[in-house]
Amino acid sequence: MSAVMLYNARLVDPEAASLARGAIRIEGGKIADILPGVTEGSGVDCKGRCLAPGIVDIGVKIGEPGERHKESFRSASRAAAAGGVTTIVMRADTVPAIDTPETLAYVLSRARDESVVRVLPMAALTKARAGREMTEISFLQDAGAVAFSDGDAVCTDPKILSRCLGYAAQLGALVIGHVQDPGLSAGAAVTQGKFATLRGLPAVSQMAERMGLERDLALVEMTDARYHVDQITTAAALPALARAKAAGLNVTAGVSIHHLTLNELDVGDYRTFFKVKPPLRAEEDRMAVVQAVADGLIDMISSMHTPQDEESKRLPFAEAASGAVALETLLPAALRLVHGGALSLPALFAAVSLNPARRLGLPQGRLAVGAPADLVLFDPDVPFVLDRFKLRSKSKNTPFDGARMQGRVLASYVAGQKVYDWRADVS
Amino acid sequence: MDFSARHLLGIEPLAQGDIRSILDLAEQYVDLNRQSNKHGDALAGMTQINMFFENSTRTQASFELAGKRLGADVMNMSMQTSSIKKGETLIDTALTINAMRPDLLVVRHPGSGAVNLLAEKVNCAVINAGDGQHEHPTQALLDALTIRRAKGRLHRLSIAICGDIAHSRVARSNLLLLGKMGNRVRLVGPKTLMPAGIADLGVEVFDDMRKGLKGVDVVMMLRLQRERMDGGFIPSEREFYHRYGLDAEKLSHASADAIIMHPGPMNRGVEIDGTLADDINRSVIQEQVEMGVAVRMAVMHLLARNLREARTRPEEVIA
Repeated sequence: MSAVMLYNARLVDPEAASLARGAIRIEGGKIADILPGVTEGSGVDCKGRCLAPGIVDIGVKIGEPGERHKESFRSASRAAAAGGVTTIVMRADTVPAIDTPETLAYVLSRARDESVVRVLPMAALTKARAGREMTEISFLQDAGAVAFSDGDAVCTDPKILSRCLGYAAQLGALVIGHVQDPGLSAGAAVTQGKFATLRGLPAVSQMAERMGLERDLALVEMTDARYHVDQITTAAALPALARAKAAGLNVTAGVSIHHLTLNELDVGDYRTFFKVKPPLRAEEDRMAVVQAVADGLIDMISSMHTPQDEESKRLPFAEAASGAVALETLLPAALRLVHGGALSLPALFAAVSLNPARRLGLPQGRLAVGAPADLVLFDPDVPFVLDRFKLRSKSKNTPFDGARMQGRVLASYVAGQKVYDWRADVS
Repeated sequence: MDFSARHLLGIEPLAQGDIRSILDLAEQYVDLNRQSNKHGDALAGMTQINMFFENSTRTQASFELAGKRLGADVMNMSMQTSSIKKGETLIDTALTINAMRPDLLVVRHPGSGAVNLLAEKVNCAVINAGDGQHEHPTQALLDALTIRRAKGRLHRLSIAICGDIAHSRVARSNLLLLGKMGNRVRLVGPKTLMPAGIADLGVEVFDDMRKGLKGVDVVMMLRLQRERMDGGFIPSEREFYHRYGLDAEKLSHASADAIIMHPGPMNRGVEIDGTLADDINRSVIQEQVEMGVAVRMAVMHLLARNLREARTRPEEVIA
């Protein structure tokens, strides 16, 4: 494979927490050289735009198998490439769930045939995500599962969950939990409070998250499992997370981009594109969670990309499906935090690229010699108004329709190959 | 005259002037309704469809009578037995009804916000006749008219709303309306039936009914739905009645001339003592029903006027 040079870039290095001019030479799909200060040369002139390790997005829902009308590998991977996501870590909450090595093999073969970005699948922790029998964790690991999660189906039996965690621990498998107490959150569409009361919608207390987290952390302490929380979205849950980390438990946490950039009031007059799981929180919670990302208490930011067709969203709010597409809007939305002064660019890419890759034991997510040349070139400043019908996802359920965004992806590279070029889009 | 809105989806977007306009017009219809010839012509030639996705006898009858007295062609659709059961979505139902070119749609639905959703998809005026636990604006308006007639004013009154606040759209619409008009609103009920964050809405919250009723001018009781017992909200009907049922002793803490209201249907002996409900000196429950027809006539009259005006504006795409 021939060598390519990307020069005159602002290199966003999350490991060194630095932002400096320079060039990157790609050879054989890997980063062959990093040349600080190099602003001239032959190859691609980045014109001072930012070059960062491609996003590793943990928790992406793809509609295959089962719901290809909502999202296919083809559409999801093109959306990912256009959003600077070079590794999709796919959720197992498909129909059927990815709970056997055979289903996993099918998913991997579809990804190989259709995807322009890397796809790494999770597998379910329990069969059919029903919380009763554990899946063949070892077989699934051998088949390529990078983590084990039942998604938003919370295991209600602590004894069964403790066995799953113990079994996974012995295999070194990473378990990803959703920490909303299922009893307290049953039927809820929004977060409890003044807004929910005015709208008359079924609501859940913020405490459901702390309860779910405290239970899971106790079981992690009991089993020595490797554990990641998909989303921490409330201030009340943060002290428990901090205590667990201080106690040396093998625990990390994520948050969705929506909980960092939107709050419960955005639901307005029953706008179902703002219905996500867990529900959007109060502004104080949003601010606390942004601070926790800045402090490193919350390790990563993900899209929690959840495609839903128009039919499942055009319903009375309580009946409408949850979730939002976000592969293409993750970076522009996250740049709001940078422009607002809450995060630096290197800190943002630690949260979206470096930390998720590290947690999964992947070599990408870094600007380092020898690392895969998975890169995103973007202009953090260019403004645009989002039009949901221009999204590449088959489903257009974004809460950012019509929103003013600042920052857009110019090109994405996977193993040195350009998989997205914004100029090909301008028409 | 104020109130230039296209729909009546809730009290929340209304201003004081809107509310006054509706109530003033309703007064005229109270007079009309007391004559032997009760016919007006504000809705002449118009089609009114009542779509009730949730059971209701009195509200539907009230809207039907209001429409008929104003000369509309009124059709009632009981949506619980119709195509909804066959899996048709609310939007498809709305589009189907819309294609029949109604002028007024009166909608009740068990889902909060469902009427807002439907209103986005149709060309006619939509009246929310109760959506989930969100709003029931015509109930609040008829309550306001009843209070104004009994008390001679609709401001600087102290009003206690009692019982199952959490599940009540009537309570929400009432506290919004009464607050907008400059009254002091108290909410009385057990903590389990009091929604979170309600105190932030400018009301006083009481779990002791005697303290809550102290000196109030109006006691507004809410219906306790029997299924609340299953959800573990209260231990039993008799304990609820003991603590929160309105009887003569509890009422004695209110102003000597306090009136008693109830949106109906009543559970006698659960939230209200039967003789108290029938006490013609204190209870205005029957008058509420009468005001209901007048208020609905006024609301439909004004919406029909707004619709006619909108249709004469060339830039509007209203069919």
